[in-house]
Amino acid sequence: MREITFAQAITEALDEEMARDPSVFIMGEDVGVYGGILGQLAGLFDKYGPDRVRDTPISETAIVGAAVGAAATGMRPVPEIMFCDFLGVPMDEILNQLTKMRYMFGGKAKLPIVIRTLIGAGIGAAAQHSQCLEALFMHIPGIKVVIPSTPYDAKGLLKSAIRDDSPVIYFEHKLLIVMPLKGEVPEEEYTIPLGKADIKREGKDVTVVATALMVHRALAAAAKLQEKGVSIEVIDPRTLVPLDKQTIIDSVKKTGRLVIMTEECKTGSSAAEIAAIVAEEAFDSLDAPIKRVNAPDTPVPFSPVLEKFYMPDEENLIKAVTEIV
Amino acid sequence: MAIEKEKLIDMYHRMVRIRRFEEKVVDEFAAGRIVGFVHLYIGEEAVAVGACANLGDDDYITSTHRGHGHLIAKGGKTERMMAELFGKKTGYCKGKGGSMHIADVDIGILGANGIVGAGIPIAAGAALSAKLRGTAQVAICFFGDGASNTTRFHEGINLASAWKLPVVYVCENNMYAISVPQSKHQNIADIADRATAYGIPGVVVDGNDVIAVYEAVGEAVARARRGEGPTLIECKTYRHRGHFEGDPTPYRTKEEVDEWKKKDPISRFKGKLIEMGVLAEKEADEIDREMKGEIDKAVKFAEESPLPEPEETLEDVYA
Ligand SMILES: Cc1ncc(C[n+]2csc(CCOP(=O)(O)OP(=O)(O)O)c2C)c(N)n1
Ligand SMILES: [Mg+2]
Repeated sequence: MREITFAQAITEALDEEMARDPSVFIMGEDVGVYGGILGQLAGLFDKYGPDRVRDTPISETAIVGAAVGAAATGMRPVPEIMFCDFLGVPMDEILNQLTKMRYMFGGKAKLPIVIRTLIGAGIGAAAQHSQCLEALFMHIPGIKVVIPSTPYDAKGLLKSAIRDDSPVIYFEHKLLIVMPLKGEVPEEEYTIPLGKADIKREGKDVTVVATALMVHRALAAAAKLQEKGVSIEVIDPRTLVPLDKQTIIDSVKKTGRLVIMTEECKTGSSAAEIAAIVAEEAFDSLDAPIKRVNAPDTPVPFSPVLEKFYMPDEENLIKAVTEIV
Repeated sequence: MAIEKEKLIDMYHRMVRIRRFEEKVVDEFAAGRIVGFVHLYIGEEAVAVGACANLGDDDYITSTHRGHGHLIAKGGKTERMMAELFGKKTGYCKGKGGSMHIADVDIGILGANGIVGAGIPIAAGAALSAKLRGTAQVAICFFGDGASNTTRFHEGINLASAWKLPVVYVCENNMYAISVPQSKHQNIADIADRATAYGIPGVVVDGNDVIAVYEAVGEAVARARRGEGPTLIECKTYRHRGHFEGDPTPYRTKEEVDEWKKKDPISRFKGKLIEMGVLAEKEADEIDREMKGEIDKAVKFAEESPLPEPEETLEDVYA
């Protein structure tokens, strides 16, 4: 099968959905001639023009607010907030408009919006350009949370997100784009349903749930642990809302052990939520305490030596696994 | 108003110091010894230097992602800045901040900032604090044309003008917000026009003329110190390099860049000083050598400084 990059997968999903549905349009900073700050939108401006690929002023509040208004009146906007760190700016639009309108109106309004945004450390971008904020959005009822780890998933999930009638936030890990990560993606059209986890590696001793970049670190650790005779099952939930609890619980029933690895600060992370769910719903299947491998509860430091310490890695995961097998 | 010779030479020094610092950063970034996002100020030096020449050590500035020039103009030490860019323990932020977050609170530098427009209300807050504490301090807030479209621009300047706070808003209009030209991100030619909406003076100056900037900001600083409130000063200028190092700049032409390079603020100022008889060509060369020497020393300091210990990641979160 052909291989494409993570960024190309995003471009293709947008291209196909824009071709299919004239109500889909993009707006954000430097999405036009520049093609997205990391090239995720290359070629779309030339193909669809400035009406459907709209460069905005630096006005995140207006970007998300206008998306709400456009969506409520029949369009399917795909606004981009360049880095997830900038989501602090349009937070009211998300917290009190986008995620409340349908409910407050008694189910009358439909807000098919996908907010695309970059997450993650690893390129020396420091405290205001490197965060992983997925848990913040998991906490707000009314918005779905998508976090792909491979080009295949990135494309299939983005297409489904655009077709979904509810608001979606879609996180792109910048290291997967700049590496660049390549992966097999079929030429034929496909979508991946939101709410369906993917078992990235089968195993029988320990279940590791990981997201985004951490999926790759978990797979690398699993290969090393295999040499020591420990068999790891790696599960990528792919969407945190809705969360495919069943796949995780079924795996824990098989392995009896769970480690959750995400790049977020530990406190209040998606890992905390997954741990709570398993403790609540599958406690009897556990043979050991649940472990979490996360970033520390600090902002992201700049210096490469500090950033490396900050980011969860294979060694951290191997240590956590070793403690419970 | 005649500006003292010493002051003029000092301003020239600072402009050359910024230029030599950043030219070195270009090389070190290309060599992979500096990582992350690095936004250079080359071509805009007259704004920071002309503005900060009106301030004392205890006055405040808020800076931007393009902050090296503001820091050096306000008195930041190039060796500690370079060490920060190298991610070293001796850097201004102990390696935790990098280019976008350099700060030296001791000399009133409230930080470069990775969030566009964030400095606008923060500068109002520093000015409010000066007012509440009954000092004569002022704050200068630097921000870009792009930042003038953020929510903070309206809320921050409205607050500062409603409360007559001692703050000067210096907009560096370099005609682009990354790839988006000013004509596409706002429906006005002069950002200074927006001052009318806040009932404060709005002034347009040639941002590549350091004396013009110095004088316009000087008047605004005096007004602020008199308790008459903020001023919005728009400096028209241009960045010679890409938005950040590594930017392929598909959004502008070489001709445009070359046109602006002819209006280089440092060569212009040098020509003017020579014409005024304040500086001789030989002295200018001497200043250049001196600054190159200082920046070489800054690099050496950065290279020889220790890296932070990994565990230092965990420090400085709470007071
Ligand atoms: C709130 C926010 N939105 C977007 C960005 C990404 N960004 C960084 S610099 C920049 C352009 C800034 O333009 P301008 O204010 O004119 O300053 P210049 O870079 O031209 O000096 C953008 C969009 C950001 N850092 N913060
Ligand atoms: Mg600009």
